[in-house]
Amino acid sequence: MDAPAFGWLQAATGAILSGAAMTLTLIAVTTVAGTLISILAAAGQRSGVGWLAAAITGYVELIRNTPFLVQLFFIYFGLPGIGIRLDPLAAAILAMTLNMAAYTTEIVGAGLDAVSPGQREAARALGLRPAQVFIRVVLPQALKIIFPALTSQIVIMMLESAVVSQIAVPELTFEADMLQARTFRAFETYFVVTLVYLGLSIGVRRALIWVGRRTLAVDGA
Amino acid sequence: MIEFTLWDILRNLLLATRWTALLSLVAFAGGASVGVLILVLRISSRPALHTFAKGYIVLFQGTPLLMQLFLMFFGLPALGLRIEPWTAAALGLTFFASAYLAEIWRSGVDAMPRGQWDAGASLGLSQVQQLRLVILPQAFVITRAPMVGFLVQLIKSTALTSIIGFPELLRTANAINNATFEPFKVYGFVALIFFALCYPLTRYARRLQARDRRLA
Repeated sequence: MDAPAFGWLQAATGAILSGAAMTLTLIAVTTVAGTLISILAAAGQRSGVGWLAAAITGYVELIRNTPFLVQLFFIYFGLPGIGIRLDPLAAAILAMTLNMAAYTTEIVGAGLDAVSPGQREAARALGLRPAQVFIRVVLPQALKIIFPALTSQIVIMMLESAVVSQIAVPELTFEADMLQARTFRAFETYFVVTLVYLGLSIGVRRALIWVGRRTLAVDGA
Repeated sequence: MIEFTLWDILRNLLLATRWTALLSLVAFAGGASVGVLILVLRISSRPALHTFAKGYIVLFQGTPLLMQLFLMFFGLPALGLRIEPWTAAALGLTFFASAYLAEIWRSGVDAMPRGQWDAGASLGLSQVQQLRLVILPQAFVITRAPMVGFLVQLIKSTALTSIIGFPELLRTANAINNATFEPFKVYGFVALIFFALCYPLTRYARRLQARDRRLA
């Protein structure tokens, strides 16, 4: 057995940084798109329209009870079978967003349910229209309640995004695969990249808590 | 080229599902055993043990499972151990599961009122006995819902072992797809089989959760 060697690391910094940047970009896009979809979906579930609520619940259950990697393969390899062809990046973003939205629909829904009905009634009594009541009164309070759960889900999704390397999206894990193929230092490469992921997950969590405190006055966590 | 009927595709996928189920069970059992150990360290009053367990949990919950599997698969041979995909998959998922189960059970232990420990002490039980005979049995019961929820997550996670070459459901699907060129059907079936495994458990976890809420 040879001793671990990290001489390759200096030349690899650029690749690792560009991979990490792609990972962060993916999770940023997914977070924004996924949260927006889940707000609509959670509101739809509570709209009183039976078929809409049932369709949204079906989507949420289907996603939550199948592996993300299978969803990714279905979208990237399976959809071309019915004429829908996506490039790797688009497929990855679509798969991540659909996955994220299913989980955050549950989270956002729980937040909406936790806002007391009196808030809605008070806003209506002040003459706000239903859409205004939802956007200006209910939603900010719900987001504040669910912010810690949302933060955890974002970090989980970022870690899960490692598998999009399997369809050749040049994110952090993909760069690690390329590096280890060049350096023949598989263990050391994955060890270093694992630490980078650990740093990213701690950093993203901290950054989100900071943002939450600044914008929604979320306390603690 | 060999012709695959729909039934051939489905039959081969269902045969591979046995490996997915077996790996899930092995990882859950292994994860539970290691998880109890991590839990004991985590609630220990010795700072060194406590810190070790905390770091262990942060490490496994803060890095991708795929990286953990790669480190097992490529790391153990570097230590001179021969490793098959099966061993790397089972060991990797065991460590992954242990961190999550330890954290779930810790929330159960934390939920126990101080009086439970004191009552054990007043019966003359040692600290270890209090934990083993009084606290843990109750902590296991009140955390059944998140435990079943985690089992669902673990079953889904076994799909990642296809990447290190373990011939479970998804790996078999990739092979079948390469022979049949019917990815829509093949991956559609895989999703449905995973759904059939996971959905009943999700329902069960929800029932447990509802019951706990009523009792609380």
